[in-house]
Amino acid sequence: MAPKSSVSTISSRVVPFWRDVRVIRILSQVAFAILVAAVAGLLYSNMKRGLETRGLSGGFDFLRLEAGFQIGEGIAYDPSDSYARAFLVGIVNTLRVTIVGIILATILGVVMGVARLSTNWLVNKIAAVYVELIRNTPLLVQLFVWYFAIILKLPRVKESIVLPGSIFISNRGMALPWPVPTASFRPWSYWLAAAAAVAVGLGIVCARGERRRGRPPFSRLWIGAAFVILPFLGWFLTPGGSPLLLNKPALQGWNYQGGLTLTPEFTALLLGLVVYTGAFIAEVVRAGIQAVPRGQIEAARAMGLTEGQTLRLVIFPQALRVIIPPLTSQYLNLAKNSSLAIAIGFPDLFNVAGTIFNQTGQAVQVIALIMASYLSMSLFTSLLMNLYNRRIQLVER
Amino acid sequence: MTAISEAVQPPRSEIGVLGWVRKNLFSTWYNALLTLASLGFIYVVLRGLLTWALTTARWEVVTTNLTLFLIGPFPRQQVWRVWVCVLMVVLLGGLSMVAWGAPGRRHKWIRRWVTVGWLLSFPLTIMLLHGFASSSLLPLVGTSYWGGLLLTFLLAIVGIVASFPLGVLLALGRRSSLPVVRWFSILYIELIRGVPLVTVLFTAAVMLPLFLPEGMRVDKVLRAMVGFTLFTAAYIAENVRGGLAAVPLGQYEAARALGLSGWQVMGLIVLPQALRAVIPPVVGQFITLFKDTSLVVIIGLLDLLNIAKSVVAQPQFMGLKREVYLFVAVIYFVFSYAMSYASQRLEKALGVGER
Repeated sequence: MAPKSSVSTISSRVVPFWRDVRVIRILSQVAFAILVAAVAGLLYSNMKRGLETRGLSGGFDFLRLEAGFQIGEGIAYDPSDSYARAFLVGIVNTLRVTIVGIILATILGVVMGVARLSTNWLVNKIAAVYVELIRNTPLLVQLFVWYFAIILKLPRVKESIVLPGSIFISNRGMALPWPVPTASFRPWSYWLAAAAAVAVGLGIVCARGERRRGRPPFSRLWIGAAFVILPFLGWFLTPGGSPLLLNKPALQGWNYQGGLTLTPEFTALLLGLVVYTGAFIAEVVRAGIQAVPRGQIEAARAMGLTEGQTLRLVIFPQALRVIIPPLTSQYLNLAKNSSLAIAIGFPDLFNVAGTIFNQTGQAVQVIALIMASYLSMSLFTSLLMNLYNRRIQLVER
Repeated sequence: MTAISEAVQPPRSEIGVLGWVRKNLFSTWYNALLTLASLGFIYVVLRGLLTWALTTARWEVVTTNLTLFLIGPFPRQQVWRVWVCVLMVVLLGGLSMVAWGAPGRRHKWIRRWVTVGWLLSFPLTIMLLHGFASSSLLPLVGTSYWGGLLLTFLLAIVGIVASFPLGVLLALGRRSSLPVVRWFSILYIELIRGVPLVTVLFTAAVMLPLFLPEGMRVDKVLRAMVGFTLFTAAYIAENVRGGLAAVPLGQYEAARALGLSGWQVMGLIVLPQALRAVIPPVVGQFITLFKDTSLVVIIGLLDLLNIAKSVVAQPQFMGLKREVYLFVAVIYFVFSYAMSYASQRLEKALGVGER
């Protein structure tokens, strides 16, 4: 009888609701939500009162007003355009420096990361000094050094430094030759599109063959060849001369005309971002390559692969998997760090938005716009990189 | 049997300096080319830099303004207060090295007192520097007089000390089984990590006065500190989350099996292990924060970099930007490098990743 009674007491004991885990879970969440809502509400009401006393209205209508300030560079813009247009100029400038910066920083970072692992003592140490020097000083200080201490101290336009290939460097920035489309560019662009279509088609055939029979039906080099040969043929077959002409900068009056002129601000920001991010990418690349087990390299050698084949077929694909996630965050850092442009006067998104804020005083809306722009840029970049990451991770079994 | 001891010595080109040079610099033809190119590069850079630094550069701009660089506009009669703080930190640092440097358990009580000392040193420093309105010994030195390297350090230290607990809470929140708490933490962390620090500082500088009730004033330095804290907390949270994920599931289960409550499992078993594992990334975060304090230039605080800016704006030091900015870069480098070196030593001493 005794066991039975004890069993019944356990099952019949009612847990008071304040000790019931399920109730506690719900109650604590409700309490947390109320707390967050209360704090947010308090801040909101304070903000509303603050805005009223300052005589500011809500909404984004102010974006349609005339901006009335100059912007140094970027897409077509006139001070009589609206604030919205000015903001767009800023966004395009940010994207411009970010995209070029990511490409150059990747190249520099990979070179330096490989140099960091070189068996050549001197090359190894140069890369190590570069990485340590750059990683341990603030980017803003580096930007100041690039802009104020180096670029603005370069010789004047009349005495520019001339590099081979018509590149002119002066304190007004950098002028380089740049291809410009001519009248025959449009017919040639059809060749380009056709080449892309053929390359994609060959790629699909190749991938399908590999999935069915375990190896591609023809070398993948053919895809690249198709992409190069067709436009090359088209270059000569298109009537009306060559579709692209190299436009060389030439000194006219006070500055260079023709070609591509990079302003000192853009050059300084680009250099600063590339050199800074390159050091971090170098460390990422080094860690990735070192993460490949030593046995893999030895096995590849034992199978008779050459040094180049080992690097291309064994080390690189495996290192890439380790490299991509931290590389993504370095790309995001570069995009976010481009906001330091304000310190050297490059009209990027943050700088232009700051000017808009100073003129209109619409703090809340301007900050919301800035944050939304950077957030969507970050999300888009990580989306792309995650897709790529998933693609290369699939190789793993 | 003596044949072994009389074995043929390696050729002279394989050992000693010559062997080292051959092996490390001229092992193949392309390595030899790379070595020569590197030597040329080093020669050009070093010659340019040394010629400038020793002949053209006017370093008096640095020596004349040294005090300004270090403490900014801090009242010169009150400098002893800064020295007392520095002395306190140096003393504590020395004691820590004694307490943790030597092996064994003999120093357990020293460790305890040193930890208490570190905890107390923080409010003491702030009190000593800020002073009191009605005191003749420690007259008030408002935050607008804090500047130079002193302000740089204060911003970094306040930022890391204040953001650490917030970061741990956010990390726990992100791993919580309560959806409301988890989503709030994820939203906060990802929002902050998706935007640049400048915008957070700008928001703190511009919006904080808007959010607060009327009549309540927050000074500029404090606003920057709030900005740094909110920003760094999100990054600390991600570091701590990594540490939490590294604690084996068996540890949770064993703790539950011993009858520990949820809070006890976290406080006694999981967090101590997780936090020990995240010391290196948190120190890295601290170094990042130390470098990032230079961004307060954009909201107009007188930190080291802004002092440098104001120095080169003086008419008698016009055109000496190279000297000044290089000097500032060297200061940042020395402290960041020292910290990263110390963190590597700490990592070894704690045996992170070995056990």
